[in-house]
Formats: sequence, C-alpha cells, structure tokens
Amino acid sequence: MRNKKDQAAFHFMMLPGMIFLIIFSFIPMFGIVMAFQNYIPAKGISGSSWVGLDNFKFMLQIPDSKQIFANTIIIAVWKIIVGTLVSIIFALLLNEIRVRFAKRFMQTVVYLPNFLSWAILATVVMNIFSYEGPINAFLGWFGIDPILFMASNDWFRPMLVLTDVWKGFGYGSIIYLASLTSIDPGQYEAASIDGANRFKQLWYITLPGLMPTIILVTTLNLPNVLNAGFDQIFNLYNPLVYQSADIIDTYVYRVGLVERQYSLGTAVGLLRSVVGIILILSANKLAQKFTDYRIF
Amino acid sequence: MTAQTIKSRIADVIIWILVLAFTLSCLVPLLNLVAISFSDNAAASANLVSIFPVNFTFSSYEKLLSDSQFWRSFMISVERVALGLLVNMTLMILTAYPLSKSSKQFRGQKVYMNLVIFAMLFSGGLIPTFMVVKQLHLLDSIWSLILPGAVPIGNVILLMNAFRGVPKSLEEAATIDGASQWTILGRIYLPVVLPTLATVMLFTIVGHWNDYFGALVYINKASNYPLQTYIQQLSVEVQNVTDPEKLMELAKISDRTLNAAKIVVSTLPLLLIYPFMQKYFVSGIVVGSVKE
Repeated sequence: MRNKKDQAAFHFMMLPGMIFLIIFSFIPMFGIVMAFQNYIPAKGISGSSWVGLDNFKFMLQIPDSKQIFANTIIIAVWKIIVGTLVSIIFALLLNEIRVRFAKRFMQTVVYLPNFLSWAILATVVMNIFSYEGPINAFLGWFGIDPILFMASNDWFRPMLVLTDVWKGFGYGSIIYLASLTSIDPGQYEAASIDGANRFKQLWYITLPGLMPTIILVTTLNLPNVLNAGFDQIFNLYNPLVYQSADIIDTYVYRVGLVERQYSLGTAVGLLRSVVGIILILSANKLAQKFTDYRIF
Repeated sequence: MTAQTIKSRIADVIIWILVLAFTLSCLVPLLNLVAISFSDNAAASANLVSIFPVNFTFSSYEKLLSDSQFWRSFMISVERVALGLLVNMTLMILTAYPLSKSSKQFRGQKVYMNLVIFAMLFSGGLIPTFMVVKQLHLLDSIWSLILPGAVPIGNVILLMNAFRGVPKSLEEAATIDGASQWTILGRIYLPVVLPTLATVMLFTIVGHWNDYFGALVYINKASNYPLQTYIQQLSVEVQNVTDPEKLMELAKISDRTLNAAKIVVSTLPLLLIYPFMQKYFVSGIVVGSVKE
C-alpha cells in the first residue's frame, strides 16, 4: 500500500520533466532525417525528397569543410592545453600567498570574468586590441607598427586562445586550489627538515599531490575537443577571419539557419554529435579507469 | 639571514608580482570600461581613458536613461530570469529527486535515468530543435527562451548526487511517521541540500541573464530582444564590415561612452549577486568534481 503510493508519487514527479525532454530533446532527434533529405520547409519532412548520403558527400567536397574541422580541433586543443597549464600555474602561485585578505580579494577578481558573457566581453576585448587601442599604443613605444589583431588570420587564433584562457583561468583554478588544501602539511614539514627548498617541495610534494586532479580534469576536458567555443568566436569574428576562425558550430549557424540550408546544416551537426558522443563515452571510461570518477 | 631565506624572499617577491599581474589582467579591462562610461566621448574615442575617467561626466548615463529600447530589453531579461528560474528549479528538483532513489525503492528509476542520459548525450542539434520550436508557434515568445532548456540535465545530475548524499535514516524516520514522498522531499531533502540548491540556482540565474543566442535564433523582432542580445547586436554592424579602413572609421564614430554605459548597467545585476554567489559556486564546483 505504502509502496504503491510512493511509486505513484515518483512517476508523477518525473512526468513534467519527461514531457519537456520528449518535446525538446527526443522529437528533434527525429528531425535528423533532414540530413538525409533535400529538405524544403514548405514540404516538411514527410514531403521532402530523400537524397541518401548526398549531403554528407557534398559536405566533404566543399573546400571549407576540411578547414572548419581543422579549425575546430586546433582551436579547442590549444585552449585546453594552455587553459589547463595557466590554471594550474595560477593555483600554485596563489597557494604561496599567505596574506589571507589579499588572497581572498585576488580570487574574487579572477573568478569574475567567467561569469560575464562573451556578448559583453567581446566589446572589452575589441576595445583593448583595436587598431588604436592600448595594446597597439604600447607596442608603438617599441617602434612596432600597429597590428589588426582581430582582423588578421595570423593573429586571430592566438587571440582566441589568449582571451579564452584569460576569461577562464581563475574559475579553472578553483578545483586545483581545493585539491592543494588536501595535501598533508606534515609532508612539507618533513621535507623542510630534510632541507628541501621551496622549489623542491613544489616538485616532489605539491605536483604529485595535484596529479590525480590534473588527470581527472584533463580527461573530462576530452569531449571539449569539438567545442572550440561558439559564443566567443561568434562574438569576436568577422568575414575577414572566417578562414582561420570558422568552427563547426559557427558554420552550422551561418549555413543552416542564416542561409537556410537546413539539410546541410543538420548533416554537419549530426556528424559533430556522433563524434561528440564517442568522446564523452571515452572520457567517462577513462575517468572511471584512472580515477574512479564517473561523469554519469 | 642565510642564503636559503634570501632566496625564499626573492621567490616571494616574484610570486607576488606574478599573481598581481594575473589579477590586474582581469581587473583593469573592466575598470577601463567603467572609466570610459564616465568620460566624455571625445576623450574616449581618442583612446585617452585608462582606468580613471577623463573629463568626468554622467552624460552617457543620462543618454542611457532615455534609451527606451535598452530598458525594454532590460525588463525582458528580468522577466526571463524570473520565469526561467521558476521553471528550471521546479523541473530540476522534481526530476532529480526520483532519480536519486535506488531502483529498488523506485522501480523504473533505471529507465528514466537512461532516457535522461541519452537526452544529455545526443541531441537533434540546432536546426531540428529550431523546427520544433517553430512548429509549436513559440517563435517570438519569451517561452522560446525558456522551454527548450526547461530541464538542464547537468544541474539535474548535480542535484541528484546531492540528494543521494542525504542520510537514509532521516527518510526512514519520516516514513514511520507516515510522511508522503512529497513531504519527505520538501521537509527533509530540500533543506539538507540547500547549498547545492543555491549553487544551481545561481548558475541558472547567470545562464538566463547571459544568454544572447536563444533570442537571436527564436526571436525575430529586435524590439523583443533581451539585454544581452541587444548588447550583442551593438557590435554586429562593426562585425560585418570587411574593409579594415571602414572598420576603423565605424569604430571612431560609434558612441563608445554610451555603449560602455550600456555594458556597465547590464553587468551590474550580476555584480550585485556575485559576492553571494562566490561562497556557493566554489563549494559547488569542489563538491561536484573532487571526490576524495
């Protein structure tokens, strides 16, 4: 009796969430058939003609597509590597600051950019790196000609990595700071009695202590290899730098929604989803294997 | 002083300089924006403003007061956060609670769990989702910004793990007293997971406040844009110009101080809740990621 009532309550609780998931997650999955059609909005999915793998073949033929996949992976990998390193370095440096008030204040400041949207930060970035902006003025002191950072294919990618790392390093350092506090202080005492200097303590105690967290975070970052940062690029790029900055997500938006090539956009999106799932599942397996942690 | 301590002192100085450099890199650009918003337009477009206003003036804020579109967008954002918070929190709690039960206690838990994970892993993508929203005639309505993301699965899983951490004995005691699952959820589980609840609540607020993309896709009338989309559009005309010279010209004549004021005002609500947030999101991240 009691148990029946509980079961009913549980099902009832799940109901609203499931309704929304069905409408906005599961039904769109059927829309994927558009990728195998020459979809015409007026005819709908049932009326449009089937073209098999033509959209995928076309996708692989257009010269842009190789560039787009390459851009996505290159940008994402650089962001992950530099972002992880800077977060760790910052956490290690901050950990050495013993003045509590100063430490608190600096933490508050560096966590902040992560909570501002790229719609806002894009203006900040463009201000600073504009042709007549402070960075170019600074370079001018050394006799360097002004650089069009945001409109040059040579500079745009490094700018993406730099500004992304800038936005995220503080937030990224939280988890490393947390795991630094769990390292046994007794180890440091023992080491300093043995005459180990600060650098040696860092090398032999702190870094090994941090290693499990580093491995975990890096593993969980694996699925982001296809996530080069739509928000950032979308807000910072312009047609001049499509060549070096266009990624799968920006391409799907432009071709699929703006230019209304629904089938092509869906096909590119589908390919991305499939590779994405493979990456997430592998990350979950790896994390479980190396660190006993499960994403789900 | 021994050589060792001198070396250590030098290391300290270097560490302080580096940490300060990192910190200033985050602080200075934002202060610069505030300074621009309080400077006069001539000084701002000549790039004379650093972190202190030049020719201090409220004029851009006065101009902002009369910009009705800005305030309309501001109110749409406020409405969106309020509605979004209500919908997201309700669905998150109701979905996470049964999922946190063992499959022994809730037959069917496994089935639901698999569905939720599948929805997290695989999606139809941008375009099919757009089609569904369009077919439901939600385009141009504020609900198009809320309903498609009504169940934030990442947060559901975070909350589910928090529910799992609640001691079973509390529930058993309540069951003996004849409490229903609804009472147990409301009276026992929710109060215990309050910190996690606060964390996901803050993430939800920030998420809704910061999102500009939803409106770009689902809202056709620019007058119905929420704040961040409105701000994002400010830079669009500059973005679509490909000629570098024209780009510079455009940047020069654009009203930089007014734009800066708009950005400052649209960031203000976030800055106001930020101090309260920090306590929660730090512990939220740590609980969610480091498992000792």
